[in-house]
Amino acid sequence: MKNILVCVKQVPDTTEVKLDPKTGTLIRDGVPSIINPDDKAGIEIALQLKEKTGAKVTVLSMGPMQADVAMREALAMGCDDAVLLSGREFAGSDTWATSSAIAAAIKNLPYDLIIAGRQAIDGDTAQVGPQIAEHLGIPHISYVAGVDVEGDTLIVKRDFEDRYHIIEAKTPLLLTALGETTEPRYMTVGGIYDAYREKEVKVWAYEDVKDNVDPANLGLKGSPTRVKKSFTKPVKAAGTLYEDISADEAVEKIISKLQEKYII
Amino acid sequence: MSKNVYVYAEQRDGVFQKVAYELIGKAKELAADLGQEVVAVALGDKVTDTARELFNYGADQVIVVDHPTLSEYLTEPYTKAMYAIIKAKDPEVVLFGASAIGRDLAPRVSARVHTGLTADCTKLEIDEETKGLMMTRPAFGGNIMATIICPDYRPQMATVRPGVMKALEKDTSKTGEVEVFDAGLNESDVNLKIREVVKETKKVADITEAKILVSGGRGIGGSEGFAPLKELADVLGGEISSSRACVDAGWIVRDHQVGQTGKTVRPDVYIACGISGAIQHAAGMEDSELIIAINKNNTAPIFDIADVGIVGDVNAIVPKLTEALKKIKG
Repeated sequence: MKNILVCVKQVPDTTEVKLDPKTGTLIRDGVPSIINPDDKAGIEIALQLKEKTGAKVTVLSMGPMQADVAMREALAMGCDDAVLLSGREFAGSDTWATSSAIAAAIKNLPYDLIIAGRQAIDGDTAQVGPQIAEHLGIPHISYVAGVDVEGDTLIVKRDFEDRYHIIEAKTPLLLTALGETTEPRYMTVGGIYDAYREKEVKVWAYEDVKDNVDPANLGLKGSPTRVKKSFTKPVKAAGTLYEDISADEAVEKIISKLQEKYII
Repeated sequence: MSKNVYVYAEQRDGVFQKVAYELIGKAKELAADLGQEVVAVALGDKVTDTARELFNYGADQVIVVDHPTLSEYLTEPYTKAMYAIIKAKDPEVVLFGASAIGRDLAPRVSARVHTGLTADCTKLEIDEETKGLMMTRPAFGGNIMATIICPDYRPQMATVRPGVMKALEKDTSKTGEVEVFDAGLNESDVNLKIREVVKETKKVADITEAKILVSGGRGIGGSEGFAPLKELADVLGGEISSSRACVDAGWIVRDHQVGQTGKTVRPDVYIACGISGAIQHAAGMEDSELIIAINKNNTAPIFDIADVGIVGDVNAIVPKLTEALKKIKG
């Protein structure tokens, strides 16, 4: 195995997103941007495989120029190369258009193994990884909890709710990594220095990938799905709040409600 | 002309998953609005006989691909089978459970078909004007809801989280003939080798099945805080669940987690103990029939969705509640 590609997305830290109580809209100001957690687990798996096999690790992302920070972080963790696909042609993409664009970029790069995160915390779709694999015509394994190498065979632990599979696979292959089972390493000081002084983030535009994809499959116009509307959740009719009551009174209130609803 | 609402009826070891019946229940409503039928699709090895059961839950037609390559879930043979059915039958809508299988199969199929796919929907309805499927899902970590449409491509595809839709009552008088479909599968479709299948014995009850959940959050103070909750749950015939904070702190295993990154539940009663009720947690439980919340902090967001809110100390109230219930129940 010579080349590993890791697909990452820079996302707003959705656990830090708050709603404006007056307007019901998202307050995005001051929300930190991070490497999506599952993708970061993917970087970690790639770096562990690099240590075992000597493979070169290239990190790939699609997004605005601000994603440069995420790419530098990946380089500082130990990735060798970084490619950022950026351009207005890609704006407004759904998962089909996103995976079409990323697959087009991947066709310019050498790879044996591709690793993506299972899903991004802003969209939670878990679609882009499998769809990239389909566009490239290679097998994929999603929900990956661990990877090992035996000669030229990858041994992959694939998680389900009630079981797991140990799968033997050859490259080319795409994996999607689970954040909860792989703890990513920290950047090192030397790594950060190299990421900003020694390494570069290659920026690719539409022109760099146009030979690999039908433009009708890109961006908003290439997206089969449309957002018809977005809204904050309707607030449920208020219940009853009891303050300044004793524990015994609280028990009484709860029991009478359970009785009223025929639970007891 | 695209027609009918298809449901991927997920099975494991020949047993249909609850979400399959839930999807058939929802598909029934959508099909009625479209004046069309519900078609359940079962993929597996030796599943033709058990697939008849899908009629009992409301399917108008049942299609089965029965082949040895489908004995254990693998992406490629399952994708090939589903793709072959879609190409042959031209469905209007295809629904999948948002399980670790459905969320693997649906994107691969949608990319092969070239159509849109909407993940983890919590609401599905037919637009009266366009007759298109309106798919509503949480986005941005549950902070907002988005309604997605797929106007120009067919089928319209969606995954739905288990526990969100309601299954119809089983009706054994409803039956029919299963259509066995040849998807042209062969051994070469098995492009990955499963070395080992390890079934994890259920250490914990499935919280999505529980009628009553007693759920703990950071406010219970530590892993020992689940003991009194378990006692309460036992008296009520329920199970214990938790917020993400307790799982991240290592107080309880992840199988118990309710919320955006955990499971979606809608029990008859959800008793939230020491749970602040961040939007990510609420996303997984706010459709519970009755929500009772106990929290020290009177501004905790859980009180916004609770039917009964008690500002107080969980550690004082829960044991007393358990005792009182024991007396009532004799």
